[in-house]
Amino acid sequence: MSAAVSVASTSVPPAKAASPWRTPVAIVAAAAALAFVPKLGLPAFYDSLLYLILHWIVLATSWNILSGYTGYFSFGHGAFFGAGIYTTSTLLSRYDWPFLWTLPVAALVACVLGVALGAVVFRVKGIRGEVFALLTLAVTFVIGTIIVNTPIDGGNGVSLSAVPVPAIGPTPSSTFYLLALAAATLTMLVAWRITTTKFGAGLFAIHDDEDAAEVMGVPTYRYKLVALGISCALAGVAGGIHALFLSYVTVGEVFTITVPLTVVLMSVLGGTRHWAGPAVGAVAITLLLYSFTAANHAVAGKAMVGVILIAAILFMPDGILPRLLKMLPRRLPIVVAGALPAPAVASAAGEVLLRTRGLAKSFRGVKALAGVDVDVRRGEILGLLGPNGSGKSTFINAVTGHYVPTAGSVVFEGRELAGRAAHLIARAGISRTYQIPRPFPHQTVLDNVALAAMFGGGIATPAAARSQAMTWLAFAGLQEKAHAHPDELNLHQRKFLELARALASRPRLVLLDEVLCGLTPSEIDDAVALVRRIRDQGSTVVFVEHVMRAVMALTDRVVVFDHGELLAEGLAAEVMQRPEVMTAYLGQPAVEKPNA
Amino acid sequence: MSGFTMPSATLLAQSVLSGVFVGALYGLLGLGLSLSWGLLRLINLAHFAFAFLAAYLCYQMASMGMDPLLTLLVIVPLFFAIGAGLHALMARFAITPFNSLLVTFGLTGIVEALIQSIWTADFRKLESAYGEHRYKLAGLYIPLPELITLALAVGLSFAVWAVLRYTDLGKALRASAEDAPIAAAFGIHQRRNALLLAGTCSALASVAGVCLALGFTLAPSQIYAWIGVVFAAVMLGGLGRALAPLIAGVIIGVSEAVTMAVTAPSWAPLVSFTLLIAILLFRPGRAA
Repeated sequence: MSAAVSVASTSVPPAKAASPWRTPVAIVAAAAALAFVPKLGLPAFYDSLLYLILHWIVLATSWNILSGYTGYFSFGHGAFFGAGIYTTSTLLSRYDWPFLWTLPVAALVACVLGVALGAVVFRVKGIRGEVFALLTLAVTFVIGTIIVNTPIDGGNGVSLSAVPVPAIGPTPSSTFYLLALAAATLTMLVAWRITTTKFGAGLFAIHDDEDAAEVMGVPTYRYKLVALGISCALAGVAGGIHALFLSYVTVGEVFTITVPLTVVLMSVLGGTRHWAGPAVGAVAITLLLYSFTAANHAVAGKAMVGVILIAAILFMPDGILPRLLKMLPRRLPIVVAGALPAPAVASAAGEVLLRTRGLAKSFRGVKALAGVDVDVRRGEILGLLGPNGSGKSTFINAVTGHYVPTAGSVVFEGRELAGRAAHLIARAGISRTYQIPRPFPHQTVLDNVALAAMFGGGIATPAAARSQAMTWLAFAGLQEKAHAHPDELNLHQRKFLELARALASRPRLVLLDEVLCGLTPSEIDDAVALVRRIRDQGSTVVFVEHVMRAVMALTDRVVVFDHGELLAEGLAAEVMQRPEVMTAYLGQPAVEKPNA
Repeated sequence: MSGFTMPSATLLAQSVLSGVFVGALYGLLGLGLSLSWGLLRLINLAHFAFAFLAAYLCYQMASMGMDPLLTLLVIVPLFFAIGAGLHALMARFAITPFNSLLVTFGLTGIVEALIQSIWTADFRKLESAYGEHRYKLAGLYIPLPELITLALAVGLSFAVWAVLRYTDLGKALRASAEDAPIAAAFGIHQRRNALLLAGTCSALASVAGVCLALGFTLAPSQIYAWIGVVFAAVMLGGLGRALAPLIAGVIIGVSEAVTMAVTAPSWAPLVSFTLLIAILLFRPGRAA
């Protein structure tokens, strides 16, 4: 569709403050123009060809809403498409429903099926990538087997030749064309709209690093489920229309590996990270296949599609559309930094902000954290010390919900957080940094921070979040790098990006996991100053660190862990003198043995 | 939908036996797939196309008068070279596991078109001396082609298992799969080993192809019929393990055959795919 060309930025969601409605207007205008094609009185086979193109646009674009945006490649799109086909054909052949009324039901059935599947599959933590692909493929065959063996199909297929085609266009073939045009327009609008919302930003974050997204406040489970539901509903509509178009449906033709593979091929060829990429791929592949079948070279066409697929993956792994868009001059969106927000809460400093009691985490019998009681007071910088393997990072992971604690409680501002989902803890006002920075690699530095502002900080729109994010980048001294990608930053800048991201979620408590590790002495001085400013702007800081100079300079109090237990607590200078702390760090003093 | 009928003991035993035989072929097809996925991180969909290409070559040479088993002498080295060549291409472009799935799907389409243009889309059946031999043991029929398949599947699975477990090459391959940079730092020549393994996987596919030609009717579209169930066997067994595809294949084959005997043949896919779904849900780590 012509609308595809009007998007300038490949970063997602596209940053265009100027005319947010240009893209949907272009989609609707293109659709309105295409609606006049049947008036031209072209031979019926043009209607059918155009129908097929639009049909594949709906299927590929709807697939992309889950699989392209989040990276969960589904090979089960044939099942949801097939659910739509069989819903419509059952309602038509058995219950004599009017055709158009069957389409919403087809969407609903496909959606319910998808959400039910997702509700189970997305609960299992290890299911990512290839496992998800195979699982969804297996589901396709299971559903196909059930349908073929039950009265829904009965093994002989369902004939719809007696069902009248509604007179929407001047001819039956133009009716199908117009229906598919409407479905494709709807699908493209939905796919575009998602990329401009907080929801879309969350989906792309899941694609890049699902764990980090969850810890930053993205409700990953719900978002994946909603994306799958939308994706399935649209596939169901395409199936409903296609049932009548085929007029004779069989399980053998519907529940195959062909539908998902074609859809994957189209999307990957066009570009999965762009809402219009699958449509570009769908047009290209459908025309290509058609040109070969029309010239009676179907076999050569099959080989040709194979060659093109291989060439596309090898030479354009990101897809045609992103490649084309890269050639256009890139207009950087102008984002004006907002004012630094007022310090979070000015309420009584010194009261207990976070209280853990008996907090424990075991990994198959290894007690990484053996029940610690820690109080963090509002407004302080608390140093968390201990030798390697003493449980410091486990403590951060247990408090932020990355790990579910084995036992114990985590009370933050009077609310119990232990066992709650990580994104809820992020929203409650706790954020963290990773020792090895984990930025979202496909998003700009600005969008990385904007994501935290949206999900942890509760800002509703990407535009407002970007303005806020710019403020935090300035705070961390990274405003020059706003439009760079994380792989263009050095380690020092990436650590500061982690800090900006943690701050953008407006936390009352920040847990910093070895931010100084790997930095040069002068960079450490910058970072120490920054941590102090983080406290001054209203966040309480828990500071895991090995660099003693920084610990002495920054901390109000320290706690020392050893073997997962709390060893000491107090002022840094005093605690580090205690014999048991020195032993934990340096080992037992050597006892001089008399030479025998 | 036919109801449940309890078949006679002989029929049931015959079903179990035929399940073992077809399961052996699942295992043999799955062996190369599992090794490639588990040790090379490449999901080779073209494995099935290679098997069918080998089957057609076997069919062609046998119909020109060659003994079907002797065609292995030509077919195995040929497919070893094809597999190694494909891997060299994949390595040159540093393909991710997911993209390897797409590239080899493209290749499958090309091979399918090639087969169709040479041998047409019609069904072909290899007529050989082996096909007519059947043994009768305790009232059960044992066809010779299936017996050959079983013997090859068991023999090759154990051979691969022994190589992976006891030889330096096997240890090097397993080390590379676990942590490639560290393995390289210990002086393992990964490029050469990977080419060797990729060639072996394709050679295994071609052996499975010859078994296919001996026992089954061939058609280009049949390539896709095997993908689902063989993937089920591979995942059920766990990746990169030599004996697992055979065991899992036999489990699936037998449960399918019994399902067919007790209900109707059209219910058979339900068993393998339900098994696959169950294993993926409860042990997702096996495929990671």
